[in-house]
Amino acid sequence: MDREQDLLTGSVIGDEGVLALEELARACGAEAKWIIELVAVGVLEPQGTDISCWRFRAADLTCARRVFRLQRDFDASLDAAAVMLDLLDQIEQLRARLKRAGQDVDLDVE
Amino acid sequence: MEFKDYYKTLGVERTATADEVKKAYRKLARTYHPDVSKEANAEARFKEIGEAYEVLQDTEKRAAYDQLGNRWREGQEFTPPPDWGAGFEFTQGRASRGEAPDFSDFFSSLFGNFARQADASRARGEDHHAKIVIPLEDAFQGATRTITLRAPQLDAQGRVALREHTLNVRIPKGIRDGQLIRLAGQGAPGAGGAPGGDLYLEVHFDPHALYRVESHDLSLTLPLAPWEAALGATVKAPTPTGVVEVKIPAGSQSGRKLRLKGRGIPGEPAGDLYLVLDVVLPKADTEQAQQIYHTMARELAFNPRKALGV
Repeated sequence: MDREQDLLTGSVIGDEGVLALEELARACGAEAKWIIELVAVGVLEPQGTDISCWRFRAADLTCARRVFRLQRDFDASLDAAAVMLDLLDQIEQLRARLKRAGQDVDLDVE
Repeated sequence: MEFKDYYKTLGVERTATADEVKKAYRKLARTYHPDVSKEANAEARFKEIGEAYEVLQDTEKRAAYDQLGNRWREGQEFTPPPDWGAGFEFTQGRASRGEAPDFSDFFSSLFGNFARQADASRARGEDHHAKIVIPLEDAFQGATRTITLRAPQLDAQGRVALREHTLNVRIPKGIRDGQLIRLAGQGAPGAGGAPGGDLYLEVHFDPHALYRVESHDLSLTLPLAPWEAALGATVKAPTPTGVVEVKIPAGSQSGRKLRLKGRGIPGEPAGDLYLVLDVVLPKADTEQAQQIYHTMARELAFNPRKALGV
């Protein structure tokens, strides 16, 4: 079978919670325990109340992977990584606002 | 393959202590970490830095690497000497926590065969992640895109090798920036007959020359002549699905937004397209144009700074 020639159709993950806890953990290459911690500190906000019903969105996966990298690459604690994440989000929002305002200012600080 | 000078990558001397290596790595990691850096090529640089650190922070790997001596320069054609690695025992590295490292062929040829233990037991393949950048138009029409991915993979002997593969992926109509396309079974193959992992494609749009995108809404700056804005007019405006005629209300000012409902990214519900009006002044570069401006100045009792109290 030459799978390289096939046209692949995937499922789209967007703002609707679709990923279960185990799926999100696996996608991050992490333990479910770690995902539960992320929810506990408020980095992730799954839909559903009971752990077995938790469903995560695309943004949760992007965000969790980011925290994973920050923790791994900077030896950061979960709380420190969460602060970094908040700050990075704010920077992104400001950049987007500048861009919308037509002021595509080079914000690089060095 | 090309030789990599790991000392040069980290900017340290060959005699650097473990502490100096760590310090240099930490500083570079802060500068080039793709999550915090806006440097061009941050991702590629960070990968190089991580690879260099992987070798130089590990006593065994560094000692083995040092045995190669000063014979090669950065970028020079390289093949491992026949006696390479004899007498060394490499352990799984720090970078292989979580995701499989995507190191260079150079690294793999030196350390790859020791990087991971082949696991004969049944285990589901790891999920993989990649980004795909598509034109905004794909979200309107749907498309088929071909992507080429490089993923580290274990061969039958448990050696890590970079495998390149090409996938044709259907981009569904209505896709939005930041959404994921999950391709079941397209991640790492499973071991012992277990299913393969999934591949998550993170979708991003190329910056568009005309439209700015926010979630499923688009906005477009629509230039108007002063008389069109003042008197009202019907003007043409581009949309991703074709040119439309828009009625501009009399007395419109720059910055006013007109909403074209359902002209944004398709979906349930479809997004909207906002036209941000921008009144553009004709140049006063001819006698006639200057006359018209003079007439307006004379005939219109207009103080644009009235609100400033001056």
